[in-house]
Amino acid sequence: MRRRSGWTLALAAGAVLALVAVVTAQSMNLTGAGATFPFPLYSKWSQVYDAERGVRVNYQSIGSGGGIRQFISKTVDFGASDGPMTDDQIREAGGRVLHVPMVAGAVVAVYNVPGVGPGLNFTPDVLSDIFLGKITKWDDPRIAKDNSAVKLPGASIVVVHRSDGSGTTAIWVNYLSKVSSEWKTKVGEGTSVEWPTGLGGRGNEGVAGLVKQTPNTLGYVELAYALTNQMAFGNVRNRAGQFIRPSLSTTTKAMEGALKAIPEDYRIFFTDPDGREAYPVAGFTWILIYGDQRDAAKGKALMEFLWWATHDGQKYGPPLLYASLPKSLVQRIETTLRSVTTQGKAIL
Amino acid sequence: MFTRGATRNGDVVFQRLLAGAAALVLLIIGAMAIALTVAAWPAIEKFGLRFIVTSSWNPVSGRFGALPFVYGTLVSSAIALFLAVPLGLSVAVFLAELAPGWLRVPVGFLVELLAAIPSVVYGLWGIFVLIPWVRVSVTPPLQAALGFLPFFQGPPLGLGMLTAGLILAIMVVPFIVAVSTEVMRAVPQAQREAALSLGATQWETTRTAVMPYARSGIMGAIFLALARALGETMAVTMVIGNVPQIKASLLAPAYTISAVIANEFAEATENLYLAALMLIGLVLFVVTLAVNIGARLLVSRVAGGPALMRE
Amino acid sequence: MISAGRAYRRRKITNAIMSAAAALCTLVVLLPLFVILLFLIRQGAGSLNREFFTHLPGAAGEPGGGMANAIVGSLVLIGLAASIGVPIGVLGGVFLSEYPSSRFGHVVRLMADVMNGMPSIVMGLFAYTVLVLPLRHFSALAGGVALGVMLIPTVMRTTEEIVRLIPQSIREASLALGIPQWRTMARIVLPTAAAGIVTGVMVGLARIAGETAPLLFTAFGNRFWNWDLLQPIAALPLQVFAYAIAPFDDWHRQAWAGALVLVAMVLLINIAARYFTARQVRLR
Repeated sequence: MRRRSGWTLALAAGAVLALVAVVTAQSMNLTGAGATFPFPLYSKWSQVYDAERGVRVNYQSIGSGGGIRQFISKTVDFGASDGPMTDDQIREAGGRVLHVPMVAGAVVAVYNVPGVGPGLNFTPDVLSDIFLGKITKWDDPRIAKDNSAVKLPGASIVVVHRSDGSGTTAIWVNYLSKVSSEWKTKVGEGTSVEWPTGLGGRGNEGVAGLVKQTPNTLGYVELAYALTNQMAFGNVRNRAGQFIRPSLSTTTKAMEGALKAIPEDYRIFFTDPDGREAYPVAGFTWILIYGDQRDAAKGKALMEFLWWATHDGQKYGPPLLYASLPKSLVQRIETTLRSVTTQGKAIL
Repeated sequence: MFTRGATRNGDVVFQRLLAGAAALVLLIIGAMAIALTVAAWPAIEKFGLRFIVTSSWNPVSGRFGALPFVYGTLVSSAIALFLAVPLGLSVAVFLAELAPGWLRVPVGFLVELLAAIPSVVYGLWGIFVLIPWVRVSVTPPLQAALGFLPFFQGPPLGLGMLTAGLILAIMVVPFIVAVSTEVMRAVPQAQREAALSLGATQWETTRTAVMPYARSGIMGAIFLALARALGETMAVTMVIGNVPQIKASLLAPAYTISAVIANEFAEATENLYLAALMLIGLVLFVVTLAVNIGARLLVSRVAGGPALMRE
Repeated sequence: MISAGRAYRRRKITNAIMSAAAALCTLVVLLPLFVILLFLIRQGAGSLNREFFTHLPGAAGEPGGGMANAIVGSLVLIGLAASIGVPIGVLGGVFLSEYPSSRFGHVVRLMADVMNGMPSIVMGLFAYTVLVLPLRHFSALAGGVALGVMLIPTVMRTTEEIVRLIPQSIREASLALGIPQWRTMARIVLPTAAAGIVTGVMVGLARIAGETAPLLFTAFGNRFWNWDLLQPIAALPLQVFAYAIAPFDDWHRQAWAGALVLVAMVLLINIAARYFTARQVRLR
């Protein structure tokens, strides 16, 4: 008898839940998936936008590749990626695909060398040779040459890279490929590569954790992680010959310096740009949308959100350590956003 | 089929239900195997059996091979079981035979709680606590005592195969303890009483009367633990170093199949890359199958068949 | 005589050593648990305020925000997983115990062990292919199915081992009284085995409650409240993972707090399940 009443209770509960699910009216929901890098910012946008306009944007970070795949499968309303889609992927998606830059981030060289403070200077060839495994000791004369004021120990360099595929890696190896032909031929670029040397940490957090815990390490992480973890990071010499400290402003300078080179579809890694104060290792994070929206209501909500994000939303970037887009770039993006249609008619 | 002894409708329905549930399991795993094979087909076509013995993993050039990952998976799981089985069985003996009544339930709960800690928490705890501890407090004495062996050579990084095995051991111990305890508790009291009445000590009773009776169940517990160790992802990838290499030293970084799938799946967008990851998943499937069959054969040879003693 | 003598003293000493060793091993096994819990408490307990349990996630770097929807979401997912995994697992385990030497049984048992060894991300991909792609959106249902499928082998194997140890005499007594086989199993054997089965279920549930990978492509996660099982739903492990790998300390603390809540949740479910099964009539 007792067991039977237990079953009835369970059935009743299930029926109530089902009823609630059916009856609950849904406000406008947008789903997005992709890169982990912008997750804190998109979360903030989500919260603010819901409060201001009542539109719920649910963004989850499953990785840029995951975002691209869900975008192609059309299981989400928009994708997000730190690396541009390939031509094959765009073909697979079918229809016009737009990459809309949202913010940018710098990738910095973090290190943990006992007795050495922040601000070590690295030249492009030194960085690539360390990651190639050709420079193996911290007191190598090529490193000491640019850091005459610092006493470097004779310890072996332990390189730390990412084990998971990531946009951060894509930006870093894209830079190395541009400044080192040996890297380009031996290793190449992509979100995952076969690293000549070093340990793999999982995620920015994993790399930061490993570098912090293990002496004599050198790794690369997004600027936000280096700052919030209070890690020592180095300056990198840019194309203009200046050793630049990575920061939000030098990242924005990099975007400005690269403006001419940014193509119409924004699919570019703007590493190693022109510009006297440009930090050479930075990249966009994009939101991926279809140029022609199938659902008129959702399309309108989405485009309004993206307009807000590239205008009002930009001010939430710097407190969370993202570099906002320069005004000139936003103007170009406005034209792109206005080109999105639904059933032939422009939305905005 | 499978309606032995069934005479009435209720019985027949029940037996069919049971068989249906078991068949469902086969169906699911069969569907998974098929789905994996289909997804891995481009890689199977390109690499064939070479895949299992190749050592490179290069997403850029499209050269993939599973050997270092198979090595890492097997060795880390072996270390985990090597540590967890004796420990787990000892705890089970304690809980089932030795512990006073008021201690059993709380301690049992606590051990099960180990299974409740999310694997990502294990991983992050591993980075911030376990790795430094291994680097500072475990590796130096280990190298001082056994450094002449090739298994303990190399720089003390704190992460690597040994640390992965350690964290896996902690994660699988609750399975061994929980199931073994229950199985030992289920051994009829008459068995114990018979041994005790012959003058056996508590330990001897456990050894001769309880454990042999519970042997099949304990084997089941170990298989559960093994499976968990082979498939664990998050915690392992954070402490193993993620370097696809095969080194004799347990202190060297390594890589497992589950870790590489979890790490690279989200970003793998080219077809061959994705297929290679699916293929390595299929390899794990086959490896798990082989290890399970091998272990069963070993058990039946050593123990003369899984002993099933009924009254 | 079996009492006095050197041999007896040696056996007594062995007994004492072995008992001490077993107790020591228990302490060794519990040590990491305390260390990890201490770590979680120290890092996260400060974030466990009322807001944590009642609010939706907040923004990074700002005080406030909670994991209320993730807590509820996890409960929903665990419920779904249990409703799939427990019936199939228990029935399958009973089958295996009834027909231990059949060829079919051997294959099923082997395959269950293999299934247990599949990485959780593969389980998630399976549920993704079957439930997310055709429906074109993520759902709590897909997440529940992924977790439920992971639960089946653990429950099945544990049930089999426990039920097998129920003395045959009990079954025979019941059959001799004219009770049909299915009723014997359902009303007499299973309740006797209930405590052991619940242990297996609990250990399995504990593990799947903390899994992130299978939920990434199925339940997906949700910043907001959601009661629709066919839409994405928040879950504690997803939220913990997302916060733990972010750069912000405030989010880290919330991640540890979330992990603490998860462990506490599993403990409470464990206690509740044992309380309810203890009320069954047992023939022990």
